[in-house]
Amino acid sequence: MLLASDSIPQIGSEAAARPVVSVANVTKSFGTGSQRVVALEGVTLDVNRGEFVCLLGASGCGKSTLLNLVAGLDKPTSGRVDVHAERTGLMFQEAALFPWLTVRGNVEIALKLAGVPRAERRSRAAELLDMVHLGDFAKRRPHELSGGMRQRVALARALAQDADVLLMDEPFGALDAMTRDRLHDELEALWSSTGKTVIFVTHNVREAVRLGDCVVLLASRPGRVAAVYDVTIPRPRRIDSPEVATLAATITDQLREEVGRGRRD
Amino acid sequence: MAVATDPDLAIPAIAQPPKRVAAYGARAWKATWPKLLAIAIVIGGWQIEVWSGWKKQYVVPSPFTVLDALWHDPGTMLSASWVTLTHGGQGFLLSMLIGGAVGIAVARVPILRAAIGSIITGLQTMPSVAWVPLAIILFHEGPGTVTFVVVLGAAPSIANGIINGIDHVPPVLLRAGRVLGARGFGALRHVVIPAALPAVVGGLKQGWAFAWRSLMAAELIGSLGGRLGIGQLLNGAQVQDDYIGVFEAMIVILIIGILIDSLVFGTLDRAIRRRYGLIDAAAT
Repeated sequence: MLLASDSIPQIGSEAAARPVVSVANVTKSFGTGSQRVVALEGVTLDVNRGEFVCLLGASGCGKSTLLNLVAGLDKPTSGRVDVHAERTGLMFQEAALFPWLTVRGNVEIALKLAGVPRAERRSRAAELLDMVHLGDFAKRRPHELSGGMRQRVALARALAQDADVLLMDEPFGALDAMTRDRLHDELEALWSSTGKTVIFVTHNVREAVRLGDCVVLLASRPGRVAAVYDVTIPRPRRIDSPEVATLAATITDQLREEVGRGRRD
Repeated sequence: MAVATDPDLAIPAIAQPPKRVAAYGARAWKATWPKLLAIAIVIGGWQIEVWSGWKKQYVVPSPFTVLDALWHDPGTMLSASWVTLTHGGQGFLLSMLIGGAVGIAVARVPILRAAIGSIITGLQTMPSVAWVPLAIILFHEGPGTVTFVVVLGAAPSIANGIINGIDHVPPVLLRAGRVLGARGFGALRHVVIPAALPAVVGGLKQGWAFAWRSLMAAELIGSLGGRLGIGQLLNGAQVQDDYIGVFEAMIVILIIGILIDSLVFGTLDRAIRRRYGLIDAAAT
């Protein structure tokens, strides 16, 4: 992650050096007149190809709004959002699986909508489910699975879109700590093996430090970039390691300050 | 990662698929016995009335006389039931087509919703008998009369079921569909219609109840071009002072209505709700 003023590191070709997601001075407001709410104000950030960026902030800081803009589900009021990727995949806090389809069906529908030919779908879905360790659960229905397993299916479905950029909106927010730790490990492994770009929204500071190459702290009301932390702790990381805890403490202090400032406004 | 040793995967909430035939039998019995009990209570009350002598026995015959008559000469009733069910089935299929198309159109097109959304509900409250005179004017005393009345009775319920179902599709599923690239007709086919299906089946179930009532209203007044349905038998029995015949026809009407509701629509409804995880597997 780089702020616009930072220099761009050379990663060989011109295409690789160009940020895959570029948000330039974006403002987003909802409603008009006295009802007008400014969700994001003057947000600028670039995300490089293959980078894992965590967007961190208290509720109401416009994290999800920013993600929706990058996903193309919404348009900025002013400023520019450029995504140099064929597709973006999006995962929510809820798994949002289709209950009428089996686990495999949920992955296959994503493949189908992504234009994968019928003959390849079955084997591709099996591969993806193996990747998230659900190969034996292909014929189950979503309601038969635990919350963690459903999120795994949602991850397989997002991967099925073969998107270069994976957007994750608090995907593990509703899970218990143990399941979440395990999914952090799996996500990190998948990310390093597939080389995808990940933008991960969370309000959990340790989770952000555990996962991100960098953590973007967003301030609330209106949402704006308050600080950017590069995380240089070597991978694979543990959420309970002292390095993660130390950086998380620093970020938490700053987050408290931002929340406090938001309250006084 | 070995699945068996993974604490997250070893969730015991996953029910083993039941042995199908045995489970089906048990379920059918579980669904049937309360109905049998209800029938026994009705027959018991009827017999008590007969014993009390409030009405003469030739006016209100004993249930056993009626059942005996049904048992020994079921031919007339069976062929009349067949005639009625054929026409009812055709009318219901047509209602599904019309109600389905109107429902989807109204749910998806805002102008149509504003224009005819409330008319559909209005049509539902209209007693089906009130359509019969118009049907006779339009179609004379032919099968068209029955179809017309059945469609007007059933199609609004079916359309309303679809509209309700589409309105209540969880937004998160629509969003998931959009993210996956389902737009326009693709969104309708892959997300909206499957998500609405449980409510659609509810609408079909209610539509059937309306269709069956409308069918009887139409048959009591109209005719089917010489072929006798149960409604005509009932009407004929009343005209000819065949009181046993009146009771026979009424029992057959009730039984068919209940059987189709529970065996066809009840089964369909349960199957879909189970598939969608809308029934607690442990409770059924």
